[in-house]
Amino acid sequence: MLDRIDRARKTIEEACESIGRQITVMEVCGTHTVSIFRSGIRSLLPERLKLLSGPGCPVCVTDQGYIDAVMQLADRDDCLIATYGDMIRVPGSDGSLETRAVRGNVRVVLSSEDALQLACENPDKAVVFIAVGFETTTPATAVVVKEAAAQGIQNFFVLSGHKLVLPAMRALLGGMNDRIDAFLCPGHVSVIIGSGAFAEIVANYGRPCVVAGFEPVQIVEALAEICRQLAAGKAELKSLYGAVVTEKGNLAAQRIIEECFDPVDGYWRGLGKIAKSTLALKEQYRRFDAFQRFGVEDGPGRENPGCRCGEVLCGLIEPIECPLFASRCTPQTPIGPCMVSSEGTCSAWFKYGRRR
Amino acid sequence: MTDPERILLAHGGGGQLMSRLIHEHILPRFHNETLSELTDAASLTLPAGEICFTTDSYVVKPLFFRGGDIGKLAVCGTVNDLAVSGAKPLFLSLALIVEEGLELAVLDRILQSVSDAAAANGVSIVTGDTKTVERGSADGIFINTAGIGVRLPNVQLGLGRVQAGDKVLVSGTLGDHGMTIVSQREGIRFESQLESDCAGLAGLTCRLFESVPGIRFMRDPTRGGLAATLNEIVEGSRLSVEILEREIPIRPEVQAAADMLGFDVLNAANEGKFVAVVSAETADECLRVCRSHELGGHARLVGEIVPTRDVPLVEMRTKIGGRRIVQMPYGRELPRIC
Ligand code: SF4
Repeated sequence: MLDRIDRARKTIEEACESIGRQITVMEVCGTHTVSIFRSGIRSLLPERLKLLSGPGCPVCVTDQGYIDAVMQLADRDDCLIATYGDMIRVPGSDGSLETRAVRGNVRVVLSSEDALQLACENPDKAVVFIAVGFETTTPATAVVVKEAAAQGIQNFFVLSGHKLVLPAMRALLGGMNDRIDAFLCPGHVSVIIGSGAFAEIVANYGRPCVVAGFEPVQIVEALAEICRQLAAGKAELKSLYGAVVTEKGNLAAQRIIEECFDPVDGYWRGLGKIAKSTLALKEQYRRFDAFQRFGVEDGPGRENPGCRCGEVLCGLIEPIECPLFASRCTPQTPIGPCMVSSEGTCSAWFKYGRRR
Repeated sequence: MTDPERILLAHGGGGQLMSRLIHEHILPRFHNETLSELTDAASLTLPAGEICFTTDSYVVKPLFFRGGDIGKLAVCGTVNDLAVSGAKPLFLSLALIVEEGLELAVLDRILQSVSDAAAANGVSIVTGDTKTVERGSADGIFINTAGIGVRLPNVQLGLGRVQAGDKVLVSGTLGDHGMTIVSQREGIRFESQLESDCAGLAGLTCRLFESVPGIRFMRDPTRGGLAATLNEIVEGSRLSVEILEREIPIRPEVQAAADMLGFDVLNAANEGKFVAVVSAETADECLRVCRSHELGGHARLVGEIVPTRDVPLVEMRTKIGGRRIVQMPYGRELPRIC
């Protein structure tokens, strides 16, 4: 393993030398962010190669408007909120789910199946599943929506905040961040959408896209591949995650997403409104749609004052450039979602990267 | 089928039921002279030397887990606090807070396991108390134990003794207890391969203190795991610590559970391990002694104390040769693991 690392580092160093300027590579996957920090990859790279964490953490990219909609539902006595654990501490404009949990109507679930189960066990409550995440978690939501429809379950609802990765990458390259030279493409998402999905980024924006898994070795090798392409003045699509990722992806998973959801314009923290970037339940499943059922809305919310998560998510600043980082904002007293989520960029910097 | 016999509030009320509970369920398991006298306070005769005294409460959920239960934990946890202080544990107190409705058979199992663990660690339960609380005021049972031990001669421990160049020794694989509890609670599939390391360490630590001088500091990395202990060392000594990821013993199934649930094994609790800072000259000997004991077979030297550059911190050399900081865990990751 170490000789593979050494080889990749050598390629990176030589390429950076010959390019002769700062290179910026963005990873758009929270699991990559954590793996990069945990394994100390940054400490192995030349100064000229800068890694930026993009909008890859599902909890972080979820807009404040959505969070506030969740809080509104949590305040209702007839609702039982089923949420993934990471969401529970995200501060809304007024408190978090955690501060509401004392009322007993917030439950942490590990899967969408658990949420549906909760609905069956609590027939007198409207169980609202807080469905966030990228293409990796969407199929699981789709499965339970279909199941709920098949079983005629009346008290199960989905607040879909599911998002698509590609529209965000386009938005970044389309003017929000012109420093990005290349993308380290997400492994899990690629399993679903297929590596071929990134071909348009390569073709339309001329940026190298390299798919990698989560082993540190593979990440360093992906960075080497990116540097090699940049030094050669090329932009190509490449997958180093060959064993798991195919070009076309998981067709069954894509199909079930399409059966249940339509891409609609949606709000992202930091990135704002992006066309056809968020997934809403299709007409035939509308009766499971918590937005419709309870009249709450997703929309641009009010960020917590002083929090710069938006800029962090776009790769415009690094967490240490936020004046609140590690002073008022810590994992114990998080001010923005990037410090709450275990995959958040601020949290990774705080846990693994900070030299005080 | 008859309904199982359960704890009633009256079991803690000082009357007949309580007397039966004590005489039929508790005393027979812990027969020793001091306890059977049932006086209000135990009279003890202690060997000469410095006395160590500690207490801890146990609220683990679930009450039974692979590798142990709350009873075993309540003995081992307190024994270990004494053991890592350089003491030979001698006497324990045992206070039970039982929730109304707990099955008597469950209480029996827990008491039996307290008794077995006490015997295995050579300590006597010399005083105790039982209270019952209304349904909903506790979670089955809570246990408090206090322990008294005598410090072994010539053992002097403290963070003030830690020096740059000293080695960091861990007595075995890390994260077993924490990941077992969380996995069992989350009900994940490979749960059955995980097992808590819950064990009393006094046999191992006494052997170590008696055979090797040069041990500067010892602690059991319970809540917060190795990461918390190392950060405490750094805070108390103002020196820094550098550890090597590849030397850190972790069972593959523990690592797999941690990866799946998004935990860092370094933050996960242990209930049968210690971390020691030992002088460079005696490090290999310490390792040899540990490995000669059944509880120290996987002992490893995982790093060393280094001078502080700017601020004291714990740094890890990762498997791929990178560096990263190991932070003090922020303590909300594992509720009620002990
Ligand atoms: S450090 Fe805290 S306040 Fe600043 S951007 Fe990150 S999460 Fe927001």
